[in-house]
Amino acid sequence: MNATAAEHKRTKTGAERYRAGVLKYAQMGYWQPDYVPALTDVLALFRITPQEGVEPEEAAAAVAGESSTATWTVVWTDRLTACERYRAKAYRVDPVPGSPGQYFAYIAYDLDLFEPGSIANLTASIIGNVFGFKPLKALRLEDMRFPTAYVKTFAGPATGIVVERERLDKFGRPLLGATIKPKLGLSGRNYGRVVYEALKGGLDFTKDDENINSQPFMHWRDRFLYCMEAVNRAQAASGEVKGHYLNVTAGTMEDMYERAEFARDLGSVIVMIDLVIGYTAIQSMSRWARRNDMILHLHRAGHSTYTRQKSHGVSFRVISKWMRLAGVDHIHAGTVVGKLEGDPNSVQGFYNVLREPHNPVDLQRGVFFEQDWAGLYGVMPVASGGIHAGQMHQLLHYLGEDTILQFGGGTIGHPMGIAAGATANRVALEAMVLARNEGRDIWHEGPDILAAAARDCAPLRAALDTWGEVTFNYASTDTPDFVPTPQVA
Amino acid sequence: MRITQGTFSFLPELSDEQISRQIEYSLEQGWAVSIEYTDDPHPRNTYWEMFGMPMFDIRDAAGIMGELASCRKTFPNHYIKVNAFDATRGRESLRLSFIVNRPPREPGFALVRQEGPGRALRYTTRAYAADRPEGERYSGP
Amino acid sequence: MSAVIEPPPPADPHGTGPLDLEAEYRHSQVAEVLDGLERDLIGLVPVKSRIRDIAALLLIDKLRSTLGLSAGAPALHMSFTGNPGTGKTTVALRMAEILHRLGYVRKGHLVAVTRDDLVGQYIGHTAPKTREVLKRAMGGVLFIDEAYYLYRPENERDYGQEAIEILLQVMENQREDLVVIFAGYKQRMDTFFHSNPGLSSRVAHHIDFPDYSCDELLAIAHLMLEQMHYRLSPDADGALREYIELRRGQPHFANARSIRNALDRARLRQASRLFERRGAPISRDELITIEAADIRASRVFAEERAHER
Repeated sequence: MNATAAEHKRTKTGAERYRAGVLKYAQMGYWQPDYVPALTDVLALFRITPQEGVEPEEAAAAVAGESSTATWTVVWTDRLTACERYRAKAYRVDPVPGSPGQYFAYIAYDLDLFEPGSIANLTASIIGNVFGFKPLKALRLEDMRFPTAYVKTFAGPATGIVVERERLDKFGRPLLGATIKPKLGLSGRNYGRVVYEALKGGLDFTKDDENINSQPFMHWRDRFLYCMEAVNRAQAASGEVKGHYLNVTAGTMEDMYERAEFARDLGSVIVMIDLVIGYTAIQSMSRWARRNDMILHLHRAGHSTYTRQKSHGVSFRVISKWMRLAGVDHIHAGTVVGKLEGDPNSVQGFYNVLREPHNPVDLQRGVFFEQDWAGLYGVMPVASGGIHAGQMHQLLHYLGEDTILQFGGGTIGHPMGIAAGATANRVALEAMVLARNEGRDIWHEGPDILAAAARDCAPLRAALDTWGEVTFNYASTDTPDFVPTPQVA
Repeated sequence: MRITQGTFSFLPELSDEQISRQIEYSLEQGWAVSIEYTDDPHPRNTYWEMFGMPMFDIRDAAGIMGELASCRKTFPNHYIKVNAFDATRGRESLRLSFIVNRPPREPGFALVRQEGPGRALRYTTRAYAADRPEGERYSGP
Repeated sequence: MSAVIEPPPPADPHGTGPLDLEAEYRHSQVAEVLDGLERDLIGLVPVKSRIRDIAALLLIDKLRSTLGLSAGAPALHMSFTGNPGTGKTTVALRMAEILHRLGYVRKGHLVAVTRDDLVGQYIGHTAPKTREVLKRAMGGVLFIDEAYYLYRPENERDYGQEAIEILLQVMENQREDLVVIFAGYKQRMDTFFHSNPGLSSRVAHHIDFPDYSCDELLAIAHLMLEQMHYRLSPDADGALREYIELRRGQPHFANARSIRNALDRARLRQASRLFERRGAPISRDELITIEAADIRASRVFAEERAHER
């Protein structure tokens, strides 16, 4: 390193630091390779792609600066503050394995930079101005670590995995759901029919799609009334607790509260919102759900616009962490085997972040930081999109037990009808859990286990005949950068 | 009708061999197994009667199968379920719960609707069997 | 007091030819247990040979059953008789391991109980208590120490009889679920079995544990001390031999257990002796050595002197 380059990375101090003009971000104190993050710091890991000629350390410092106290030039008013404390510190930069020109930048933020219990405030800093910053070609927020002190300022999921299971009296297996199809156009009366058939056939939940709100073909009150008739009928027919995620997403908070209250008064156990309502609205609905003993389902509508590309945006594992803090009970988090984007390791990383009481560093699954959830409830991940009964062994293998498997087309498109489609899924699931608990190798014996279960169950036989061969094998875009090195024998 | 509460209600009735393997799995996980029975299968009847306390410190399913046999002998016409409880921090709840005995005939539930304003309905689920006193619900014709 | 003692890790499953006795023996990994028995337990020659016989019988039975030559599920309940401290519990633990490795019990743990764990004090109290113990013992070995206390003919309403009846039922009907070992003094066990012919007929193997000889007890003492990182000075060795000769003749002698207690007391005296002369430097040698004085201070010698006087 030549003398000028070294000078560019050195923090200037005293009067030299605050002389009017423009300094490198590193010179302003945002690059501190010796900094040891405090246990109370919020940590962020960014994937940065600097413009040609921009040193990675300077780019990292710029990200630290723009996401905390800095502006483009020196301001003397810094000296009226404890600015050294408030400056975010880029403390480590590593090249991304196998991706020339990209770097992982680790940045530490003092806890006082953030308002307690506000995702809006957190995100305004971390993903505010900085993502449009010119010296970077691209920027992606890969992971975050929240200190216990900060986690404790959030109430977290209103219900959580354990309490949800206790309320529903359903243990030992993934839950089953389906989204009512077609997404748009059914009248309330026809819509409720699909709900009834699917629940009576064996599903635990049915679901409104993200864009079912209150449209000319079906106003929300109508939908709620017919759906609850269907839920109650199915409950009496099976002796099981059932639910339908009533989507209360609307144009204003007032409308959402009105719809949620109506759902509550009709006896629904669950309501649903879309990610697009915004972080503050989500936190408000979580508070409402907590006050009213309701499960809160979140559909991640819109997330792919910023989570899917590897070089720019926000990783879904960060969204998962934010949503656990914000306090939703369910969130769609990928299927691995279905029609939507999802590398197995990345998806398992999301699931672990949502469900586990504590996450160790797990680079293979894209988890860069250790995170303790300080007693915050777990969020139930939902697997939805292009999955069917023939994949049951893969789903159970990849996703485990605390998840909701949603077979929309795989239920409603069944040749023998909706109830038969639901039964096929339920039988396949129970047979697979039974076999797994008996110690069988479901990954390899899965198809045999399903075939054996189908001998007692015509609907499952028909499902396997119809969809048994359907797979969606496309390369994922959002994959972890660390692959396990083969062990030398 | 057939009540489908529990982890394995959509499968053909489990044999004792199959039940024993599920118990063995639970013991391997370090869970405590318990047996409960009821003649009121309402979906929100949380508290079935306990057939003894949860069985801690058991090493082999045979110990629990013996208890199940005596529960079945005492309550042949009741619903009986096997639960497995996990005391790990953050879970402290059931991990498995499945029905292992049911009455020969299951009359099911009535759905009672009470009309309210604005087309709203209040629903009540009532087990037909619960019309009779406890203990006599599934005995007679 | 009852205690659950952990089983060994299960042997590897295998699938070799049905008639290869050597392979079967190797796969069962019973040899390890038998060798361990030989290595770790001093004396007990007749016991070890009986255990070998039983292991051979079970191995052959297993081989025969692969050819469909079943002689019925073998009776495995046993009785271990002998004075206290003769190694009954230790051998029971190894027996559980052998039974587990040969596949005659599924888990191989040992649940050790006495009358108090099985018999209640009120009407209706005994059956649940006994069943509770049986539940825990399923898949392993139930070791009932001083089993004759279950039977008290002098009190015809004694609840012990109820426990015996439940035990009998399980011993008969659930032979593949658990093995019961009754243990206690030889003579009292004989009386017990004599008065309970139902039990007696279901116990297939009677193993008698002889008292240890003086040399064996001395060897046991050396082994115990070695495990605790102590040793005897040459004088102390002679003193211990004298001690053992004397102690054997006195009441309440409990073989290896008495030796352990004597050593514990000698360690106490050694510590006091070293403590008394604190200030002077202490060598490692002194820290690990038991001197004759530490043994000769025992009341066993004092009593002997009183006798002589």
